[in-house]
Amino acid sequence: MRDVAQGPLLDLSGLEAWYGESHILHGVDMNVRRGEVVCLLGRNGAGKSTTLRSIMGIVGKRKGSVKFEGVETISMASDRIARLGLAFCPEERAIFSSLDVKENLLLPPQVKPGGLSLDQIFELFPNLKERLSSQGTKLSGGEQQMLAIGRILRTGAQLLLLDEPTEGLAPVIIQQIGVTIRKLKEQGFTILLVEQNFRFAATLADRYYVMEHGKIIDSFANSELEANMEKLHDYLGV
Amino acid sequence: MIQILGISSQALFGQLLLGLINGAFYALLSLGLAVIFGMLNIVNFAHGALYMVGAFCAYFLLNWFGIGYWPALLIAPLVVGLFGVIIERTMLQRLAGLDHLYGLLLTFGVALIVQGVFQYQYGSSGLPYEIPDSLKGGRNLGFMYLPNYRAWVVIFSLVVCLATWYVIEKTKLGAYLRAATENPTIVRAFGVNVPLMITLTYGFGVALAALAGVLAAPINQVRPLMGADFIIVVFAVVVIGGMGSIMGSILTGFLLGLIEGLTKVFYPEASNTVVFVIMAIVLLIKPAGLFGRTA
Repeated sequence: MRDVAQGPLLDLSGLEAWYGESHILHGVDMNVRRGEVVCLLGRNGAGKSTTLRSIMGIVGKRKGSVKFEGVETISMASDRIARLGLAFCPEERAIFSSLDVKENLLLPPQVKPGGLSLDQIFELFPNLKERLSSQGTKLSGGEQQMLAIGRILRTGAQLLLLDEPTEGLAPVIIQQIGVTIRKLKEQGFTILLVEQNFRFAATLADRYYVMEHGKIIDSFANSELEANMEKLHDYLGV
Repeated sequence: MIQILGISSQALFGQLLLGLINGAFYALLSLGLAVIFGMLNIVNFAHGALYMVGAFCAYFLLNWFGIGYWPALLIAPLVVGLFGVIIERTMLQRLAGLDHLYGLLLTFGVALIVQGVFQYQYGSSGLPYEIPDSLKGGRNLGFMYLPNYRAWVVIFSLVVCLATWYVIEKTKLGAYLRAATENPTIVRAFGVNVPLMITLTYGFGVALAALAGVLAAPINQVRPLMGADFIIVVFAVVVIGGMGSIMGSILTGFLLGLIEGLTKVFYPEASNTVVFVIMAIVLLIKPAGLFGRTA
């Protein structure tokens, strides 16, 4: 058991994934240690979102190895994977229009003990408290993003997979989400973040992986960021 | 005797009651169809056949095992619901993600097979099923005579419909159902066993049909084709109400039953077609149905 506790929380090796006939991931190797914020960088279409979706088991077909706390999940259905203690906040946010804000917030079932209470979530996102009886999709983009993050904090999942949480949001809101992610890290959550907004990611991440054509092509720690800046600009085409 | 618009109140309210009873069956059946369509995206053509099987279940329970109406009201939906679960697990599940047409054809085939089996065994004529003793007789309300059993059918159907609406719109389980209707992949990625939920939803929708069948057994006789005749009208009701709404299917069911009853009083020649005329008009004016949501 000690090996498991000391090993990475999430460990991918040789992960391949398909949507129908198209082969998207060609052997992804990466890991996330407990308590880390790891950021997955790369251009559009590099396979970042697909990596998160493959970890959750919601792609057409996947091969290779995805271990969570040492448990192999490659042949598990997504509901069983979630129950191990992973939670996913998708890029499209997936707020349910037939549910009000409160129902959206309470929808994901608790999978492990130790999730945040509703009050703690309202402390992070005070806007949500005032809009509890609104229809989920009537919220602004920023509020919907807060709802999408807020609802997975109740579940007790230790690993949060956040897919481009700042996409399409105003700078003020991006800042607020950055503060929240830092607080979540302090509270012991482990976070795997997909971001296009590199400047946002640089304020949060402990380590980076860079993806291209469905593979990891580079990785470095936040302390090595300066030294890697030029390479990174090249990778991301910025 | 009281006269309303030149028609005796007995005749008017008698037909209205009949309309309300038909409306209760429309509501129960279209509610099941709406629930199934919402979760499985399948137009369940087997619904009428399963309504008939519900009625036959009550008949078998009584004549083979001596089990009466009240237990049958519970047992028949359970048995038919289980049958539905088997249909979903062995057949419908394989159609997930395909065009509507496949589910429609498959369930139509199931309906033909089930009806064929019963027709082969029991012919086309009706088998009698007695009204339970406690609901025999009726009362004179002054303006009309109200048979107890018919009053029971209307009230009980209404309670079942409203309870179903409450569960779907106001409870946690209902929130799962509504969310999974919108985006099953994400709901599953939250740790909810969505395939199991889909199977049970089909079982429940089908059980509602069987419940309607048991309620109908003492009114219309138990016949292999009792559902086949009925289901066409129910589909018209569903189209009028719109597929998107639970309350819509309940209200439309009762409303159209009443309209049909009124038509029988004032212009009996049109009573069989009035629902379809309304359907045509609604489709022209509001293609998504009265309560439906446009996608």
